[in-house]
Amino acid sequence: MNDDTLNGLLLDEEYTLTLGELSRACAMHAEWVMELVEEGIIEPRGAEIGQWRFAVPALYRARTVMHLQRDLGVNLSGAALVLDLLDELQELRQQLRCLDPERLG
Amino acid sequence: MEFEDYYEVMGVKRDATQDEIKRAYRKLARKYHPDVSKEADAEEKFKRLGEAYEVLKDPEKRAAYDQLGKNWKAGQDFNPPPDWDAGFEFSGGGFTGAGGDAQAYSDFFESLFGQRAGGFSGAQGGQRGFHMRGEDHHAKVLIDLEDAYHGATRNITLQVPEVDASGHVHTKKRTLKVRIPKGVKQGQQIRLAGQGAPGMGQGGSGDLYLEIEFKPHPFYRVEGRDVYMELPVAPWEAALGAKVKVPTPAGVLDLKIPAGSTNGRKMRLKGKGIPAKQAGDFYVQLKIVLPPADSEKAKAFYEKMKQELPFNPRAALGV
Repeated sequence: MNDDTLNGLLLDEEYTLTLGELSRACAMHAEWVMELVEEGIIEPRGAEIGQWRFAVPALYRARTVMHLQRDLGVNLSGAALVLDLLDELQELRQQLRCLDPERLG
Repeated sequence: MEFEDYYEVMGVKRDATQDEIKRAYRKLARKYHPDVSKEADAEEKFKRLGEAYEVLKDPEKRAAYDQLGKNWKAGQDFNPPPDWDAGFEFSGGGFTGAGGDAQAYSDFFESLFGQRAGGFSGAQGGQRGFHMRGEDHHAKVLIDLEDAYHGATRNITLQVPEVDASGHVHTKKRTLKVRIPKGVKQGQQIRLAGQGAPGMGQGGSGDLYLEIEFKPHPFYRVEGRDVYMELPVAPWEAALGAKVKVPTPAGVLDLKIPAGSTNGRKMRLKGKGIPAKQAGDFYVQLKIVLPPADSEKAKAFYEKMKQELPFNPRAALGV
């Protein structure tokens, strides 16, 4: 094992992010993340803000919203809608792959 | 360095109005947005589009770009003429995409506008008492499915914008050697502490998030930790039962095919998916393949089956 090999931390199913970690990973303020929670785009565990913990998929969702806002000027409810449609699209593509593995690989 | 035709990238005429340029950007941005688009090279196209818009949306930058002349063609070898920008004031800052992602503009862009990135100076100077943690960066890492079974070490090359002593921005290649742990899934994140952007003052460096993505495989399909494959079998193997070899990312395994198996039958090799505390399963779907009737001997065999096997494949259709 070489010294220059980096060992990262795998953010697995059990890992959760704090509000601070999630905000930093999106390069956004905590207030912005709180807006996402209010909009129902991501759901933390924990009753009080200080105890909020986010499952790792929240990172993907929050970053997608950040990109949509920044690049396309989509507002929060629009971004929430896009996320739901993307989820549905992914599910349908998955089903299509099961039906027709030749076509989609 | 190659000339970039920003009008061509945005699909607008050279005399397009600012409104037309804005509309073209909005339309193409929706089409190529990497989070939404299914186009294969969406990310690259989106990046070029962002760069073109960065220049054309700003009347100052656009005017400076225009006076390079209209005889340049995309891809032509290009060096900016000396003092090409005399008389223009770039407001600087305004880098639309300069969010948390390490965004790299083309050399062409950097050579024309890079020096005026503005707002960066001072940042490196480390003003007294000013501390700020560096930004987190994000990147994708493509691995083989086999790497998820065995673990691996991968070299990852990132393009990082850097500001030199005179305030010029360059993109620098940075290569990291990263251990991919056994048992990773598509879409999972690996966090490398302190490998993001450097901080200011005594602020620590940001982190680097790597998103795992599997390369498409010619015969495996992955869902979560479960792996699927279609296994070709001969008609007699399906009919009479057989023991056949199955290639899995964990190595070649023996599979017992029960007699009387039909086409499309699904079989599960428990725990032979991606390893983990709760390992995934490996699913095999049988695909009966007919031997070709391409020799006298084979034709004679089919002929014999036709005569001796009372078999109507369309019985269920009532014909």
